[in-house]
Amino acid sequence: MLASILASGLAAGAIYALVGVTYNTMFSASRVMSFTAGQLAMLGGVFGSWFMLRLGMPLILGFLLTLAGCAIIGVITEFVAVRPVLKSLEQHLYVLSTLALALIIQQVTAIKWGTEPQPFPRLFGLGSGVWDEKFWLPVVACAATIIGLEYLYRRTLVGRAFLAIAEDNFAARALGLPERNLRIASYALAGVIGGIAGFSGGELMLAFFANGALLNFYGFVPVALGGLGNNRGAIIGGLALGLFQQAANFLVGGIFSSVAVFSLFIIVLLAAPQGLFGSTTARRV
Amino acid sequence: MTAITTVTARSEAGALRAVLPQLAPFLGILAVAMILPFVSNDYWALIGTRAAIYWVLVSGLNLVVGFAGHLAIGYVALLTLGAYTTSVLVAGNVMPPVPVFAALPIAGCVGALFGVIVGLPALRLRTFYFAMSTLGFATIVTQIALAWQSVTGGGIGIVGPEFPAPFNTAWGYYYLCIAFAAFSTWMSANVAHSRFGRALIAVRDAEVAAEATGISKPRMLIAIFLFAGALAAIAGGLFASLQTYITPDAFTFDLSVLFFIAILIGGRGSILGPMLGTIILTILPEIAAPLAAWSTFLYAVLLLVIVLVMPGGIAALLDFRNRRPLASNRAIVPRPATLSDIIRKPAGNKILKLRKVALTFGNVRAIDGLDLDVAPGQIHGLIGPNGSGKTTTLNVISGYYAAQAGTLTLGEDPLPPGMPALRASRGIARTFQTPRVIGEASVLQNVMIGGTIEGQATFVEALLALPRNQRDERMLAAKARALLGVVGLEMLADVRADRLQHSELRFIEIARALMLEPDFLLLDEPAAGLSSDEIERLAALIKESAGAAPACCW
Repeated sequence: MLASILASGLAAGAIYALVGVTYNTMFSASRVMSFTAGQLAMLGGVFGSWFMLRLGMPLILGFLLTLAGCAIIGVITEFVAVRPVLKSLEQHLYVLSTLALALIIQQVTAIKWGTEPQPFPRLFGLGSGVWDEKFWLPVVACAATIIGLEYLYRRTLVGRAFLAIAEDNFAARALGLPERNLRIASYALAGVIGGIAGFSGGELMLAFFANGALLNFYGFVPVALGGLGNNRGAIIGGLALGLFQQAANFLVGGIFSSVAVFSLFIIVLLAAPQGLFGSTTARRV
Repeated sequence: MTAITTVTARSEAGALRAVLPQLAPFLGILAVAMILPFVSNDYWALIGTRAAIYWVLVSGLNLVVGFAGHLAIGYVALLTLGAYTTSVLVAGNVMPPVPVFAALPIAGCVGALFGVIVGLPALRLRTFYFAMSTLGFATIVTQIALAWQSVTGGGIGIVGPEFPAPFNTAWGYYYLCIAFAAFSTWMSANVAHSRFGRALIAVRDAEVAAEATGISKPRMLIAIFLFAGALAAIAGGLFASLQTYITPDAFTFDLSVLFFIAILIGGRGSILGPMLGTIILTILPEIAAPLAAWSTFLYAVLLLVIVLVMPGGIAALLDFRNRRPLASNRAIVPRPATLSDIIRKPAGNKILKLRKVALTFGNVRAIDGLDLDVAPGQIHGLIGPNGSGKTTTLNVISGYYAAQAGTLTLGEDPLPPGMPALRASRGIARTFQTPRVIGEASVLQNVMIGGTIEGQATFVEALLALPRNQRDERMLAAKARALLGVVGLEMLADVRADRLQHSELRFIEIARALMLEPDFLLLDEPAAGLSSDEIERLAALIKESAGAAPACCW
């Protein structure tokens, strides 16, 4: 049983962590938390199943098209729900505009794709039992994403520009960085990360429209645990959440595992609003 | 004697005349609702009942979303909770059956409890976090309803409660729900127009200033969450009965979206707007029957359009009064001499003492061992270049910063460091470097907020508009009007504060601070941005204030 808990916990945790990173990627470029993060991961699964099972595309092509589709949705988020709100005085409106867009995505998926969970293709056909690919694929995808992001942020000029606008938007613009284009780029990047989460987790979660809302919440918990914009915190938080949830699932049953996760979330928010690894808030007066 | 009674009679008639235009739309809607059974069929009874039930929930949620500004998007969870609690109690599959009219209040209590639990994160966090925690709660409640088969019947569901005659016919039940809706409208309007409603808006739009006037945010929000949770659960009980049979499928997230969008379409800080929003959104999918499957999509598009194009909602469209242009050549003419008539509290004789107060931010010593005595009835000035710690000192006194060393005492008692919300009750009021007023509230309401802690009535008294609350309201309004006269803004009393110019906002803040009849009035750069005429008037006002009671300092 321990092996099952570890396998499913790490797999779920890796997916949550990736959704958390999706949130963070959007947040660091625009100071906006977007409800579309979970929907992007849901679309990763739906697109993957659509391209590979319905249209019969090979793995590589299906994967790339999935990522491209999610990247486009990410950019649409920026155009429709984020940019108009950043201009207005009341910036908390982004909560509503991204919620509206997320609902639109979810509803269109429900109508066009169907409201029943649909199968996701087996990608490699490797492993069985606790070593089944559906358990280790998300973990591998998560690790690969982290390595990729670290390389991007530390070694490339574009990555440093991302960090610069995340650190201080005004200063970065004063230095002549194309803030708007970088924002679009990071929303595309967020779309790709969300797509990876959904695609690698497709075998575990199936292609199901309601995954979006679920992942919105379970992907946000690691962000709340780790602190806004802190990818390391999101990864640790995500894996911990997955293990915690699956352990509770196996030990005390399904109802109480969701209650346990929710209580954990509320307690952390009340005890450490800035997250366990986050920094303190700005001055008020 | 007779003169006095005629004056009150006339003022009551005047008050009624002032309230009537606001009341008329509600009476109109009620009249239409009462006539509906005579002009339509059972199909409309169903829709009308549904709209009434939704409104019972929305009227409470409106205080959370529209007034307190917390984005509670998962309220369907409390509806579910109320529906299942009522059904399970009435069906008696856990304990002996309970009559439905007893089950509804029990469900209300359960809903109130969970309303607070879900609302707790709002005490620390706003916007996205809070939205997320309510969303998470909604997800979990549905999962539990599915999984806890022995009680909820799982996916198969459970029979909804049945109401006794005469409420067991379509129209009988319709009238019952309309009665519930009317009652909850009345209660939520009472809260909205009491000092509690104003305090909620203050916490939403000017949280720091609300703390300085002594408003306790946690207490305020918990009261609202209790109320909204109870209404939501009662709506759930009514909903379960309307459905006759409930399964977790009946409580999709779409309902939550409907409630939430109804309020946003209506416009925040309004009651009529969200009511119209609820009615429109309930009827909309019925009229556009082929679109039923797309109804959530439609709501979502509507939400996006409202947020991007019309953030004020219906209420802003209907707000004709604030479109009239203001006089452009208006001047602030304070009448400080009348101040002594208004402030009746005897001047305190306590001295505010700061001893060796120190505060550093990183390596910057903002305050370095400050000793300061502020005596009542005197004017003190803190003078220094930018960055010399003037505002920081005020912030330490008013509790926004806790000094790292040194002591604050008022008279004999120490002032607790931090805790800005406790300063108002100790007679310390303040203004801010950049005026912090509530743009969406009227000037008069802004000033009335200053006296929030002087009100005697409890939340329940405000809810039911009991006499003590009405007395509070009259007292606060009269005093605020008088103080507006003192600072010279009485002709702008009913104007939205965000239409005023900077110097007027400064004087509003002073009036708001004077509402407390403070012993100490802290003014943070009060003359910044004023013309030389206005500065002279301000000086006269400050001198008079010091004479009337407070010690000022800036």
